[in-house]
Amino acid sequence: MLSLIRSIFYTFLHAFHKRETQDYPEKMPYLPPRYRGRIILSRDPDGKERCVACNLCAAVCPVDCISLQAAEGDDGRRYPEFFRINFSRCIYCGLCEEACPTYAIQLIPDFEMADYNRQNMVYEKEHLLISGQGKYHGFNFYKEAGVNMGVKATGGGENENQPVDLKSLIH
Amino acid sequence: MAKIQIDGTFYEVKSEKNLLDNCLALGFDIPYFCFHPAMGSIGACRLCAVKKFANADDKRGRIVMSCMEPVVEGMIISTDDPDVKAFRESILEGLMANHPHDCPVCDEGGECHLQDMTVMTGHNYRRYTFKKRTHNNQYLGPYIKHEMNRCIQCYRCVRFYRNYAGGKDLNVFGSGNRVYFGRQQDGALESEFSGNLVEVCPTGVFTDKIFNKHYARKWDLAHTPSVCQQCSLGCNIIVSERYGMIRRVMNRYNGSVNGYFICDRGRFGHEFINSPDRIKKVHLRASKASELLEVDESCTLSDFMGKKVIGIGSPGASLESNFALLNLVGKENFSHGISEAEHKLTNQSIRLLQSRKVYSPSLKEIEKSDAILVLGEDIAKTAPMMALAVRQAARSESIKLGEKLGIPEWNDYAVRELDQNHQGPDFIVTPSATKIHELVEMAGQAFAKAENPLIITGISGGNEDILDACSTIADALKKQGKKLSVSIVFPECNSVGLALLDGLTLEETEERIDGRQKAEEKIDTVIILENDLYKRASKERIDAMLKKCRQVIVIDHLMNETARQADVLLPAAAFAESAGTVVNNEGRAQRFYSAVPLTGQLKPGWSWCNDQWENLDQVVNALVDAYPVFSAIKNQMPDADFRCSNEKIARQTMRSSGRTAMNANISVSEPKPPQDNDSPLAFSMEGYKGSPPSGLIPYYWSSGWNSVQATNKYLDEPDGHVRNGGDPGVRLFDDIDKE
Repeated sequence: MLSLIRSIFYTFLHAFHKRETQDYPEKMPYLPPRYRGRIILSRDPDGKERCVACNLCAAVCPVDCISLQAAEGDDGRRYPEFFRINFSRCIYCGLCEEACPTYAIQLIPDFEMADYNRQNMVYEKEHLLISGQGKYHGFNFYKEAGVNMGVKATGGGENENQPVDLKSLIH
Repeated sequence: MAKIQIDGTFYEVKSEKNLLDNCLALGFDIPYFCFHPAMGSIGACRLCAVKKFANADDKRGRIVMSCMEPVVEGMIISTDDPDVKAFRESILEGLMANHPHDCPVCDEGGECHLQDMTVMTGHNYRRYTFKKRTHNNQYLGPYIKHEMNRCIQCYRCVRFYRNYAGGKDLNVFGSGNRVYFGRQQDGALESEFSGNLVEVCPTGVFTDKIFNKHYARKWDLAHTPSVCQQCSLGCNIIVSERYGMIRRVMNRYNGSVNGYFICDRGRFGHEFINSPDRIKKVHLRASKASELLEVDESCTLSDFMGKKVIGIGSPGASLESNFALLNLVGKENFSHGISEAEHKLTNQSIRLLQSRKVYSPSLKEIEKSDAILVLGEDIAKTAPMMALAVRQAARSESIKLGEKLGIPEWNDYAVRELDQNHQGPDFIVTPSATKIHELVEMAGQAFAKAENPLIITGISGGNEDILDACSTIADALKKQGKKLSVSIVFPECNSVGLALLDGLTLEETEERIDGRQKAEEKIDTVIILENDLYKRASKERIDAMLKKCRQVIVIDHLMNETARQADVLLPAAAFAESAGTVVNNEGRAQRFYSAVPLTGQLKPGWSWCNDQWENLDQVVNALVDAYPVFSAIKNQMPDADFRCSNEKIARQTMRSSGRTAMNANISVSEPKPPQDNDSPLAFSMEGYKGSPPSGLIPYYWSSGWNSVQATNKYLDEPDGHVRNGGDPGVRLFDDIDKE
């Protein structure tokens, strides 16, 4: 009998506690920038696709939900011919972002991915690619790499000497 | 043999091999770059350092390069001494100082020897803060892409291209930090072995341009053991697939056939499979006058069979496909689809090889010959890998001279300096029939001194007199107690296999169709299996022959001239899409497997030609019953029920990616993996991943070895034979010898 009254008392006390209920979706909750939500593909400062189709995100993906095909443009620049993420399989672990050598693939604080139809959760490149740089500003992979893929000439990088002239006698 | 102590344990090692070679054979993971088992040592990279101790009391030791160190009885070495490890790491750091930050866009990434060695030595942080040296690249033709920035100066490319394969147009220029590997000026590489640079280069300087057009990482590709169908040598290859498309062909090691290398025709010639000219659907012609049109409904060959049928097989199709056709139409109605001259010469050649008189050598044995006579065959064109083997054989005298002076064969540069490019006794002769007797005399003199004399000839340039001459020479040598080796180059990948079946010549076939027989014997249907007849006889002759048939059924994979004449055109699976057996020029039967699951109306030739057999094994069983000469195929090749630890062997790697996304655009529900009823291999990453039997190795990978250098882990010793069953393939002519 006593315990019953005690329980009712504690329940009554909760009426004066701070409310846990969130007014979602009327009031959006705060999510830190590094929250691992929806995956996007970003662009470099020149507005071109950052993804070089190296396949590292796909390789590291523990549920194998990333699939892509590399292609090369006329200038030799690599890009994904298609880039597909099956979000019905994705576990938002963020390993793809960690593996990405070009900051192309990023997880952003957006979790509103639910759908009635699983087929709608398959995202192609046109759904993934945003027009900005995402979280990491100013990085352009082709300026760091040694290859000439239309961004800088061979030997034109900041950390590179001019190409060796084999026909010169002077070192 | 010598007994040496490695890391405190005693091992029996081969004294004719160097220390590195022996350590690799024993399974030690010693990092290296410039050493190549087929090309020996040069000591250019300084990575394979080990510590050598003078005696048991010596605790300090000294660092030596294991690839340049002969094995001495009682030697004491350490492979994991801290000094050695620090030394290797510093060497790697030096090599990486100028290496560009290219891995994500480099085709070698994921199968890069430099990546493997960097991880193995433990170098991970860059301390060199100065600028990197860069090079301009060259255009090296349609097959090979050049990216000189990535070079680590191991010299393997020029050693292969110039020394091993005899190329002239690739060389090393400059000195010091400016060393450059390339051509004197831009231009296509001339050597027919240039594709091997892709595998020989430990990093991404030379990459495969054909593969680059539809690139996928090694870990993503599904690999299948296969056999090259471009010539009669039957080099072993690995065919790789991704998203249902053939992506590339790489070398598959066979210690008795091609070893570490294949020719460019084999490496780059597979692209016809992805050609827009592929026949992928059944085509029908309503009447003789109407057009050939695609049909969607499925059908079988029996829907179109006439009463009197003649079947034309092909030396380019597998044994099983040819046999299925033979079985369908009957022995007396089966034609080989080759000219009378070729038919006669092929049969005569096979009789010679089958006889105990001469020995039919493998390519590896050709390399060991010490006198070679090439008669009337341009082997560089018709069998390039044989030309490469002859090139190695031509060094036999120099190697003997080196041994006399105490320079072992593996000390490659020293031996080459010693011989000053001397070539051993080999003669290349294009004889005319009248001079055969002189030839026999000359060869007799040259062969008198040789221990392993060899005659190479071929169907394309040969004639019956040459085969008789071989016989005569063999008799002459027999008196001296020597056995003559004869290697004959056949025109196509399965010429030998087909010749072992019964069949008519093309001329006899024309006669049968000609209609001079009685009315009830008149041929009304001809079935042509994977054979473009217009390449075998003049247009008028084939036109006339096909016109006389009421119905022409063609089973083929490419829209060629013969296929265009068909009334019924059935789509055949190409070699990389079907399983089968081919017999190479030495009489070695080898099995190839399908690299892609079959889709749509495509079927292998043997499947089109029969209703009773459901898989390859049943065809092979029937073949062996009808032709016991092939019994070794059934007895020695694993059938589709074969399992390793109760599992099929996985074609895909452990790291294979995208499984739940690659078909998600079609349906988000993942389909069941396709089944393969013709082989013990699975179209999946699930299955056996260890070291399977020699003929079933889908790809080379070992922990820490992602590059092709992992090949050595599958061999009894580097440049040796494949473990778990020996070199793939079954020699058919040896069995006859035993009987």
